[in-house]
Amino acid sequence: MKIVVAIKQVAARDSQLRIAPSAAWIEEADLAREINEPDAYALESALQLREAAGGEVIVVCAGPEGASQTIREALAKGADRAIHIDTSTDTGAAPPSDPLTLARTLAAALASESPDLVLTGLQSEDLGYGQTGVILAEVMGLPHATIVMKVEAAGAGIKVKRELEDGWFQYVEMPLPALLTIQSGATKLRYATLMGIKKAKTKEVRRLKAADLAPAGAPSIRLARIYTPEKSKHSQIFDGPPAQAAAQLVEKLRFEARVI
Amino acid sequence: MSGVLAVLEQRADLSGQSVLHKMALEAVAAAQQIGAQLNIPVFAAVPGSGVEPLAQTLAGYKLTRVHAVDHALLAAYTPDGYTAALKQLIEVHQPTLVLFPHTYQVRDFAPKLATALNRVLVSDVIAHRVNDGVITLVRQLFQGKINADVCFEGEPPYFASIQAGAFRADSLEAGSALVETFTPTIEASQIRTRPLELFRESARAVDLTAAPVIVSVGRGIKEAENIPVVQALADALGAELAASRPICDAGWLPMERQVGSSGQTVAPKLYVAVGISGAIQHLVGMKGSKTIVAINKDPEAPIFEVADYGIVGDLFEVVPALIAALKK
Repeated sequence: MKIVVAIKQVAARDSQLRIAPSAAWIEEADLAREINEPDAYALESALQLREAAGGEVIVVCAGPEGASQTIREALAKGADRAIHIDTSTDTGAAPPSDPLTLARTLAAALASESPDLVLTGLQSEDLGYGQTGVILAEVMGLPHATIVMKVEAAGAGIKVKRELEDGWFQYVEMPLPALLTIQSGATKLRYATLMGIKKAKTKEVRRLKAADLAPAGAPSIRLARIYTPEKSKHSQIFDGPPAQAAAQLVEKLRFEARVI
Repeated sequence: MSGVLAVLEQRADLSGQSVLHKMALEAVAAAQQIGAQLNIPVFAAVPGSGVEPLAQTLAGYKLTRVHAVDHALLAAYTPDGYTAALKQLIEVHQPTLVLFPHTYQVRDFAPKLATALNRVLVSDVIAHRVNDGVITLVRQLFQGKINADVCFEGEPPYFASIQAGAFRADSLEAGSALVETFTPTIEASQIRTRPLELFRESARAVDLTAAPVIVSVGRGIKEAENIPVVQALADALGAELAASRPICDAGWLPMERQVGSSGQTVAPKLYVAVGISGAIQHLVGMKGSKTIVAINKDPEAPIFEVADYGIVGDLFEVVPALIAALKK
């Protein structure tokens, strides 16, 4: 089975984010970055499928020059080769494109691949649209399922376990090729081995320029500005020494909120 | 023609009756408010099979028309079937703005529907503004740490999905609506996925919704071995212990103790979030709590946005101090 995994590099989970003076995007210069966590689970699912059924795992990543680190890590974990769509521009890191433009760019990069299965995380931890996978399926003309916990072979196609709301699940069958967005946490992530890290250095990374792939036509939505949210609720924060903060909190819960 | 169209989710309950999703009426409320601000009519659509009676239940709201988008091939939800049906409805009626509740089902098909019409859905919207007839939508980035204003460009139709709780169903305006059946043309061969039965993994032994006090634990607890730290706080408060998703995924607490969009929705009189950053998937499950306490080392954590009281600090110092203070 030929499996493509679309991964994204995002700001590390505990980053202190600073909004750029233009308010168009955050300051990216000295930000620690890591793989988008749901995409790490998509990669893990792909590696497990290859182990079970054989085949090839190809990672595709649209991101600036620095995303090559995340791509190397995916190769070190066991992906066979990678496609890096370089989104760097002359003016530095641009604000991210809308998910339709991104999906069309990814589809163009995958045009010669004809994968059996395309996997990606269910959403990104930065923009959080939760749409790129579904849009990519539509652009590539593939059936899809979202929020997938488990994938298994079923005849010529696959059977996937989808998570629904309120603790419900559902199995869905579909033919291949298909696209799935993978839920986090359904399986354990592997670490790269020393051997894997060594091997990754010799694996193929095909480099493409986003500008050469980007579709014509204007986007239909625009990120106008970003800002720190105003607190919708007035919260009382105690940040003194633990014993003092705890005493203040208990006082408030007893005599102000009167809930204990 | 112009208008705001709210697309509503329904499913069959245990007796086989179609019922609206709990967030459906919030989308109708959103459509009414935005429709009034844009001074354009408001419509609702209910896709499914045999949904006319359900559509009739909306006839008492102030809506120009309710479309029962009815077809046997819509009996079970599929992204292909729903996209084909709603694309036809939108092409015929040409709404300006199409609104959805941001449910798991909407996440599954709405981006596909918008793409089929060469548009982009603005997903998971928490607020909106209308200035001079132009809509600006607000959504969250970086798991709630940053907000963004998003605008539509080019020609309608525009698409947006509304986060749970962003609009209130009790603000719905009563009135009367004409109910009309819309029969899309769908071929069985267009539907490529085959959905099987819905199921639950385990009976819920713990009913968190009945607990007056909940202590909930998140990633900040670091290791399974540390769970007794928060269990001790729960004991001191006479509370049920709950958790955010990563804790249950890791198997540190059973799934039935999970609070959030994929777990239980709770509204106790006191909710104490320990080491939980407050990703939106967790917040939607607990933000209705009467009093919320957050304990987190990161002062920027979104959980503080919804907290009434917060302690910024290391939970391994704060929790024992809190237990001691409760015993005084």
